[in-house]
Amino acid sequence: MIPVPRLRGGAPPPRARRAPGGRPPRKAARAAVAAAVFLAAAALASALTGAADLNPVATAAAIVHLPSSLSPLDRAVLFQIRLPRIVLGALVGGLLSVAGAGYQGVFRNPLVDSGMLGSSAGAGLGATLAIVYLGGAGTSAVPAAAFAGSLAGVAVAYAAGSVTGSGTATLLLAGVAVSLFLTAVQTYLLQRSAQDLQQVYSWLLGSLSGATWQQVVEILPYSAVSVAAVLACGRQLDVLSVGDEEARALGVNPGRIRLVVVAACSLAAASAVAVSGLIGFVGIVVPHVMRRLARTSSYRFVLPLSLTCGAGFLVLADTAARTVVAPAELPIGVVTALAGSPVFVWILRSTSAIRT
Amino acid sequence: MSAVTVQDLAVHLDRVPVLRGVSFAVGTGGWLALIGPNGAGKTTLLRAVAGLVRYRGTVLLDGTDLGGMRGRGRARLIAYLPQAPVLPPDMTVEEYVLLGRTPHLGYLRGPSGRDREAAAEAARRLDVARFAGRRLATLSGGERQRVVLARALAAEPRVLLLDEPTTGLDVGHAQRVLELVDELRRGRGVTVLSTLHDLTTAGQYACPLVLLHQGRVAASGPAADVLTEELISRIYAARVAVTAAPGGATVVTPLRRPRPAAP
Repeated sequence: MIPVPRLRGGAPPPRARRAPGGRPPRKAARAAVAAAVFLAAAALASALTGAADLNPVATAAAIVHLPSSLSPLDRAVLFQIRLPRIVLGALVGGLLSVAGAGYQGVFRNPLVDSGMLGSSAGAGLGATLAIVYLGGAGTSAVPAAAFAGSLAGVAVAYAAGSVTGSGTATLLLAGVAVSLFLTAVQTYLLQRSAQDLQQVYSWLLGSLSGATWQQVVEILPYSAVSVAAVLACGRQLDVLSVGDEEARALGVNPGRIRLVVVAACSLAAASAVAVSGLIGFVGIVVPHVMRRLARTSSYRFVLPLSLTCGAGFLVLADTAARTVVAPAELPIGVVTALAGSPVFVWILRSTSAIRT
Repeated sequence: MSAVTVQDLAVHLDRVPVLRGVSFAVGTGGWLALIGPNGAGKTTLLRAVAGLVRYRGTVLLDGTDLGGMRGRGRARLIAYLPQAPVLPPDMTVEEYVLLGRTPHLGYLRGPSGRDREAAAEAARRLDVARFAGRRLATLSGGERQRVVLARALAAEPRVLLLDEPTTGLDVGHAQRVLELVDELRRGRGVTVLSTLHDLTTAGQYACPLVLLHQGRVAASGPAADVLTEELISRIYAARVAVTAAPGGATVVTPLRRPRPAAP
């Protein structure tokens, strides 16, 4: 007689700890609250840090539009200098992180971020072209040139990848080829106009100095559309994690999901790059930290957590960038990598593996 | 009435004909096993029925042509389990089983209470509910196979396509998985099409057997008709003995060529 596990039809087995069904685990709910608190705390800490010494209670009251004892000058510092920079930093950090998570999901590859498909190289070339060829007018054209270059880079890589075959590996290889090509052009341009080197490099390393509400307003529509589109694909990305063939057997069209997510993430990354330059590290690392801290690999949780905590992380990094060597500033890309790498290694060591 | 009818099916992969003129039928709640040597086209046939490769010919489900049906519509009726399913290592059993409900969900609509109920029911039936919170990476071979079956069952399909469901399982675990499938088809009227490489096992569990050879049906029918020494030795280029075990099972035993005595 073969011992066959009993097929149960009726009552749940007594040892079931909780009903199966993928209901948001309580851990994930706690993580969501923690992420929101982290972002709020990072923003408040940043608002209170700087040359002008603002009273914490009065600052908090002013931010939430309660009667406050802040002087008119302090109000100007808070509302015209610090807050736009905090909001822009939060937007950029959130966009880069959610785009990185989306790319990792769509390519089922933990080493990918939103710059891989020609986006960063395209933005770099666009900005370099504006600085080198437009002279004085170039500086104001850099954001638009970087935005267009970023999207063009992805479009070329996607087209090249689709022509040469199907599948994620082909697409990534096409992205690498296009990136190398665009970077070669950019390097050649720079080598020919050494006088622009410093300006181009300071853009490449990223900065939020001189952030204005105007910049926030400019990227807000793109940010909203792209983030909404990526977040809506969380469940589909989870389905893609069983591979293209099984996803198709489950009635999902992997090519279509890939196109939607790549387009949305590229728009998010291009918006961020346009106002901040190339800020590395955030997009690749924040999603991994989220997987480990929240102990889930489901994109329904990783995407929104990356958005929130990526925003908080970049606000903190920018606060350090503008205070550590004040009144000078460090490039924010240097801060994210210098401060983030040790933290990341520590998190890798202290949590068990949660892979992509 | 036949649940699944395949008529004159042909598949080309990279312009190479892989299946030609394949026809068979299996009734509701029946179990049809595809057997044949490596490269005969068994997996391709399952993928064609699942709608994952282009084919010519007809696949009917309860008389309805599935030809124009793709994507979610087909996925609601037919669950397909490949030979080596991808199990994302950090996904929990519970999340994975719920993935089976995907064909029933809209693009933006998440799982409803009804979907969770179906997933929970499938998990209970396959006795995986008690480790619902475990990560897939921590499961043993037998547990993995039950979890994968639970995902397929969560879709509440009418047809179950199983590609070598016992790969990598020892004889005991293999028997338990096959008994589970047998209970599912008897209890729920799910029609099963599976490839099985072990001929004796195929004959024990499935009827009819369809023997594929070079993309065509070489023989089909009950085990006693298909599992003959003549057919197997010709098509597999193997030496076997076919015997009847007590109870009527057909047993296929591989034989070793007698070696000349040492001088």
